Amino acid sequence: MNSGVNAKQDREVNAQLVASSTTANSSLRVDGVTAAELDAKGVHAWFGDRLVLQDINLVMERTKVTALIGPSGCGKSTFLRILNRMHEIVPSASLAGEVHLDGEDIYDPSQRAATVRRHIGMVFQRPNPFPAMTVRENVLSGLRFNRIKSKFKDEIVEEALTKAGLWNEVKDRQKDLGGALSGGQQQRLCIARALAVKPAVLLMDEPCSALDPGSTLRIEQTVKEISHEVTVVIVTHNMQQAHRVSDKTAFFLAQDGNPGYIVEAGETQEIFDNPKDPRTADYVQGRFG
Amino acid sequence: MSLSAIPDPLQLKTKRSSEDKFFRGVTRGAGLATFVILALIGLFLFLQALPAFESQGLKFLTNTDWQTTGTHPHFGVLSALIGSLLIAIIALIFAIPVSIACALFINDYAPTKLLGVLPLKNFLTAAVDLMAAVPSIIYGMWGFFILQPHMVGLEKWMSHYFGSLGIFQNTSGAYTSSFFIAGTIVGIMCMPIVTSLCREVFSLTPPGEREGAMSLGASRARVIRDVVFPFSKGGMIGAIMLGLGRALGEAIAVAIIISLTFPLNFHVVQAGGNSIAALIALQWGSGGNLGTSALLAAGFVLFIITLIINMIASRIVNSAKLAG
Amino acid sequence: MTDILVEQEPGTAPPKVASPKIIKRIRPREFKPSDVLILLLSIAASFSILWIIFAQLTLLNGALGFVMLWIPTFLFLYWFVNRQMFTRQVAVDRLIGALVTLGAGIMMLPLVLLTIFVFQRGLPLLSWSVLTHTQQGVVYTSTTGNNIGGVAHALVGTIEQVGIAAALGIPAAVLTALFINEVGGRFTKSVRVVVTAMSGTPAIVAGVFIYSIWVTRFHYSGFAGALALAIILLPTVTRGTEEVLKIVHNDLREAAIALAAPEWRTVWSVVLPTARSGLITSVLLGVAVSIGETAPLIMTIFGNQVMNANPFSGPQMALSLLSYKQIKLPIQSQINLGYTSALVLFILVFSIFIMARVLGAQRTKGNGGLIAKIGKVLSRTSTADVSLIGEDSGHEREEVVPHE
Repeated sequence: MNSGVNAKQDREVNAQLVASSTTANSSLRVDGVTAAELDAKGVHAWFGDRLVLQDINLVMERTKVTALIGPSGCGKSTFLRILNRMHEIVPSASLAGEVHLDGEDIYDPSQRAATVRRHIGMVFQRPNPFPAMTVRENVLSGLRFNRIKSKFKDEIVEEALTKAGLWNEVKDRQKDLGGALSGGQQQRLCIARALAVKPAVLLMDEPCSALDPGSTLRIEQTVKEISHEVTVVIVTHNMQQAHRVSDKTAFFLAQDGNPGYIVEAGETQEIFDNPKDPRTADYVQGRFG
Repeated sequence: MSLSAIPDPLQLKTKRSSEDKFFRGVTRGAGLATFVILALIGLFLFLQALPAFESQGLKFLTNTDWQTTGTHPHFGVLSALIGSLLIAIIALIFAIPVSIACALFINDYAPTKLLGVLPLKNFLTAAVDLMAAVPSIIYGMWGFFILQPHMVGLEKWMSHYFGSLGIFQNTSGAYTSSFFIAGTIVGIMCMPIVTSLCREVFSLTPPGEREGAMSLGASRARVIRDVVFPFSKGGMIGAIMLGLGRALGEAIAVAIIISLTFPLNFHVVQAGGNSIAALIALQWGSGGNLGTSALLAAGFVLFIITLIINMIASRIVNSAKLAG
Repeated sequence: MTDILVEQEPGTAPPKVASPKIIKRIRPREFKPSDVLILLLSIAASFSILWIIFAQLTLLNGALGFVMLWIPTFLFLYWFVNRQMFTRQVAVDRLIGALVTLGAGIMMLPLVLLTIFVFQRGLPLLSWSVLTHTQQGVVYTSTTGNNIGGVAHALVGTIEQVGIAAALGIPAAVLTALFINEVGGRFTKSVRVVVTAMSGTPAIVAGVFIYSIWVTRFHYSGFAGALALAIILLPTVTRGTEEVLKIVHNDLREAAIALAAPEWRTVWSVVLPTARSGLITSVLLGVAVSIGETAPLIMTIFGNQVMNANPFSGPQMALSLLSYKQIKLPIQSQINLGYTSALVLFILVFSIFIMARVLGAQRTKGNGGLIAKIGKVLSRTSTADVSLIGEDSGHEREEVVPHE
């Protein structure tokens, strides 16, 4: 998988990325560049005065893929956005609770949101590569935003695109603009872009819902492969996908305008084959949602 | 199944009622009328300006004095033209950074409600619009009575420390009524329109791109630099060019402040200046028939220049929109 | 298998949220109270430092000079403190934030100062008498500062000129906008370009044009001024109307067509009423801008010191022109009349502006901004509502654009 990237260069690049994460006031320590564990404790979310998420507690284990499933509108995406401090972008949004990345609360007042987001990356439902940048610049954009300098730009690009399953298709097209790729390719470009900064966690918000089945399968493959290095949390409407791809699953539900909550969470096998809650059973068997 | 005959598509024709024909005719007439008006402007100005053009020939564009009476009239629009440009440049130097900053503030930095009560964004947007509606005479008056005395000190400082650069030299000791002061006021007048347009363009930045950058750890300033600006490039340039058009065309504020001089004057902090629009305003009524014709000729030149600038601005903005 | 914390029994709804005191609700902000403190301290410190040093620089004196030196001092200090306490990235980010805020402040400052100026100078002399008299018979001497005459002739002139300009220009503008947006044809794009070109034409050019085409034949009159104002008014109102028409949902038009309504009826009964508040706004805005124009009136209405209520014959006066002429005169009482006239003008423009905003309280795409909608050259296709939340179907968009 890491063809062309020799181990020494890899270490040096990684060292740079790690070094850039331990800056003056950022006490966010990440164990090298391997995946980290995300632990949500007592998370509540409001938009204005409306409570949309209620008391979410979930551990997303390192190097595992955790799927968040449930019918539309029960707050899965909101929860995801709380995990990388994107929820607070909306002016009326507020939250409660703690989210620990390897023990450090990302909502601690001393943490900067931008720093947190660098370590907890996100892939969105609609692919959003930067249309004015080339493929290569897109992949490197994370480094640019964080002012990470590297002599190994080519290697970083190749490694990220390979992990995202896009390298062979674009290796001769690196100078093409990001917007020139197909939908599936664009989404994989976004994955590569997110991976290039070696995040501890990668959040994916229904990444395949706008794509064709072929691209979907390729991305699912990617998810399984990268989970060795990055903790993945994926929101999906597609239960088969959740079943195929994830190690753990959490089932979200919101009833009649009430806030969303987790009904049940556990090993994916258990949730699908042997759910404890009848509502879970109903949902995974397609009886609603 | 016969493949041989794919029928031709039906030619559909809309048959309109006479009242609709009338409606369409009237609106079409209105559309055509705008063409006509624009053409008439060019035409009539040119016709009335002919005596002046005939009198001076091409020298009209290169002469710098303004002698329209007597047996050997000698006048030209060069001084005014350069003056218009100088004022516009000074105006834009002030207007562009402040307008872009203000647009960014309203769009990206301002809390929607200050202290939970005051709708800040709305208020600021309204304030900018109000600034655009304030009559130029009032800007001119304020500039002349209030701003000018304060700026004299600044001009003295500038000519003292930067006088070696010819443009900041002051050889006459008079600091009022200068290009610099006029340019500042015109700049203030251009700010609302540039701000408004920039803010509009900034707000059209696709939220997906913004979020993409933020999710990679970009700080607010970086999102602006790497997402908003590249996206808004065309719109910003268009806004600036519109501001340029406005600055070139401003007559009254300049007329109030500047003291009209004709020899070419590049000393921006020194008294004395010119601009085509101000020239027309100030010299109107004097100079006899030839003088009036000369002013109309100057007006024609101004018309052509602003026309070209607007066309270019339109094109840049529209093509940028299509590409981005 | 590790435990995943699950709070509730299977099959039951979650327990009701415990008393709110236990849950600490937070709104994470980039700019925390401690940062505000840093900002204020930087402002105070830079001010004090400069105050002490300023006495040394004698050439650059006065409030303007002080402020001009203070701003860079503050910015540097602010950047420096942030750099020491946080990271370089934070310092740069904060610095840019400060610059942007400063820009907004610099922009707003003239508006505030200007308003104060206009009221300060004009208000003391404003009286009913001033509003109802003209300059007729007034002798301006250097001793009687209060005998300034009146602005009645100018007020009447302005109202008449703008009224006629509106009567001529607004229907033409609306029809043109209707042509561009509803009727269309081969010339649509060209007309749009022409309208854009016209809107960039300086007011004084409109004035000299009317001079050359009308005044040379029919001499100075209020009507000539109205014609010039109409030319200035036309592109503004056209573009504003065009914008507003674009926003009207096509579904409405299609519904009318499905009901076999003729085109003009669709426009008259469906499209225009829907766009009404936006129309009113753009019309009022065009009017407000016309009222303030001075340059095109110089060579069309020429000016008058006595009342001329007939706009079709003889020179007239207008508030804007009166101000312009008066403040250049040498005697204080003459200048005072100029101040007063400017105040009346300002109040007029301001009132119309407020009316335009109040009446045009329609939610528009983007973030409001009347001038932007009218003045922009972009041709906008319909965009989705500005929303910062990705597709989380089922959740309301919380970023509600407030009604203007």
